[in-house]
Amino acid sequence: MKAVTANRLADGRVVYLAPDGAWTERLVNAAIFENIEAENALASLGASAIEFADAYLIEVHTDGYPSGREALRETIRNSGPTIRTDLGKQAENG
Amino acid sequence: MYRYDEFDAAIVYDRVKQFRGQVERRLSGELSEDEFKPLRLMNGLYLQLHAYMLRVAIPYGTLSSKQLRKLAHIARKYDKGYAHFTTRQNVQYNWPALVDVPDILDGLSTVEMHAIQTSGNCIRNVTSDQYAGATAEEIEDPRPWCEIIRQWSTLHPEFSFLPRKFKIAVTASDHDRAAVRVHDIGLRLHKSLTGEVGFEVIVGGGLGRTPIIGPTIREFLPKKHLLSYLEAILRVYNLYGRRDNKYKARIKILVNAEGVDRFREQVEQEWALIKGSDLDLPVCEIDRIRVYFSPPVFERLPHESASLKESIQSDDGFARWVRVNTAAHKQPGYAIVNISLKPIGGVPGDATDAQMEAAADLAERYSFDEIRVTHEQNLCLPHVKKDNLFAVWTTLKQHDLATANIGLVSDIIACPGLDYCTLANTRSIPIAQRISERFADFDVQENLGEIKVKISGCINACGHHHVGHIGILGVDKKGEEFYQVTLGGSAAEDACLGDIVGRGLSSGEVVDAVERLVDFYRGERNDGERFLDAYRRLGPGPFKEALYANA
Amino acid sequence: MPMLELVEGKLIRVDTTPCEEISLVVWRGGAQPEAGVSALVLPNDAPAEDVGHEVNAFAAVVLEFPTFKDGRAYSQARILRERFGYGGKIRARGEILRDQIAFMVRCGFDAFEMETSKSGFYNQALLDFSHVYQPAADAALPVWRQRAQRAVAAE
Repeated sequence: MKAVTANRLADGRVVYLAPDGAWTERLVNAAIFENIEAENALASLGASAIEFADAYLIEVHTDGYPSGREALRETIRNSGPTIRTDLGKQAENG
Repeated sequence: MYRYDEFDAAIVYDRVKQFRGQVERRLSGELSEDEFKPLRLMNGLYLQLHAYMLRVAIPYGTLSSKQLRKLAHIARKYDKGYAHFTTRQNVQYNWPALVDVPDILDGLSTVEMHAIQTSGNCIRNVTSDQYAGATAEEIEDPRPWCEIIRQWSTLHPEFSFLPRKFKIAVTASDHDRAAVRVHDIGLRLHKSLTGEVGFEVIVGGGLGRTPIIGPTIREFLPKKHLLSYLEAILRVYNLYGRRDNKYKARIKILVNAEGVDRFREQVEQEWALIKGSDLDLPVCEIDRIRVYFSPPVFERLPHESASLKESIQSDDGFARWVRVNTAAHKQPGYAIVNISLKPIGGVPGDATDAQMEAAADLAERYSFDEIRVTHEQNLCLPHVKKDNLFAVWTTLKQHDLATANIGLVSDIIACPGLDYCTLANTRSIPIAQRISERFADFDVQENLGEIKVKISGCINACGHHHVGHIGILGVDKKGEEFYQVTLGGSAAEDACLGDIVGRGLSSGEVVDAVERLVDFYRGERNDGERFLDAYRRLGPGPFKEALYANA
Repeated sequence: MPMLELVEGKLIRVDTTPCEEISLVVWRGGAQPEAGVSALVLPNDAPAEDVGHEVNAFAAVVLEFPTFKDGRAYSQARILRERFGYGGKIRARGEILRDQIAFMVRCGFDAFEMETSKSGFYNQALLDFSHVYQPAADAALPVWRQRAQRAVAAE
């Protein structure tokens, strides 16, 4: 399974494509796609290009957590630096 | 230190204005990300794992108190209350918003700072010896030459789209604190047999995927020809450096492919045609710049300080800090103070806004308003009266800045690694933290003496692992972090590359393995013999055995 | 190809003039440039050094930017201007970013094959910087010369 991720243009924060086509900061709220669907979702992003930068696909489990080879990297992106748990999304409640 | 005149100020002002325009064009959608990316990268703005990262240039690592206070202010107002000092004597902010960056740059310009050429395939910030102007070892202060290079290389119309980034370091001491042999160009000021001072020119050193100790292409370059000679080197590189493969695009690959002799010939040929042109600055301009680096007005003091002696006797912690963290100054009665940014278990190179302000205050009060950043990710107060060391230490201690570990096993260089960096394969900071915790005992550390541990989270080698006495390279194995150890490297005047000793160790194994190495050294060393020297004497075999003893 | 040309410090749109292009290989093979008409197309990896003073027989030289990142032509242009005193047009072809034009002009380029509807936009780019630190192929005085002049004037 895949999700679409990017950084928000204005502030660089990590965002994920939600089922409604908007961007969400929470991976748990991201749309989870089958592989081909995911490619299509990524390809159709062009129009909102002033909202985000550097969009790409990540592998996720069905429960939405990062999987595959880049799991550690994507977990850190989704949480924050492992050496500063007071920073990043992990520091924001819930 | 150097102060901008109206020309310098105008150029930085123009650059900020230009970048503000570029950001506006991106935010309005006029520029696509593909078009904007090279523009933001030319100004030190990266997109990292969690956010943007802004790298600010600290030319040759020299800061005034006012500048450091501004860096602290930016950390507090636009970032998350801290900043990260790098191996290139620069500073990085890990969380700025794109929309704030033009204002940050505006703020920096008010204290004569900028982010120009802190990334991109251009001539990067020139680095130097953090003890410049303070050590008795040096032939002359290298910083005027750094400033001359800074000006020449800033917005250079011909060399802004080189095959790859380009780093220049300058030193003027026999003891090399600027790692000149692992730079694209390393310059070493020295005296010729006739007593004239000039540059030894080293070209094509570097770390990364293809580490190389740079060869000398010219033993002696008269100072007045510095810029024409640099321009000749850069022109040869710009025209003939490889552009088909970014991993083979650094000048070291060109020098290696051509051979040192042929490369030298090409440079000399080019130089013959441009030498003596308008590139070579007239004496009046060199003198104008040199005046800014005149020594401060030191007091005439005795070599020894009675109050220092007393404090050393009455406080062991202070005595240790003086032994480990201060260095000899050229002026009697003064010392060079190193401020460690490596607290036990901390993040190497990180400093909070309050710590930066504390260092700035100390510099203003006790060090003629000067602070230096070292390539080993520490700070330095270059000119402190011995009489004031106790007061400086007391304040540093209050701000957790008095860790007495300069040059010791816990004074570790580490790249940001996978905790921040998009290029990294593995984390490096947690390994640094665990090693420093393992050797937290300062008696043990001091007894072990100089051991340089350097950690990179990927093959790009930003943590300089190739030149660590103990180098650690993180490698990804099917999604798991492994660490490969290299031994016997050095970035100093005895520069050499470490040997890769064997298979990678898991994150769980690596700290124990480092401890076994160090224990082995302790058992085998001769009197006063450093880890590196023992390694050179005994060879990799027994160290390798120790490293894998439990495996 | 639409083109902007630098005329008295300003970029202006020019109607494409027919121009016979001669490649380096063809020229080396013996082709004769026609005065005032022919343009030499110099590939990115050709040593400008080897072209020599004969380049002055061409009305223009075309230098290439296969991508904006490939900066070899900056050096080629300076060599043609400063070493061989080339006085014809030096035309940039390929991927050219707005923010590179000032660098190109400093290196001796004075014609740019590109979208011409936005000449105002590109002209603005020429004004981005009011001073320069280093000498190049243009007439701009490096700041150290300005400093020296000011020092003399102050005496």
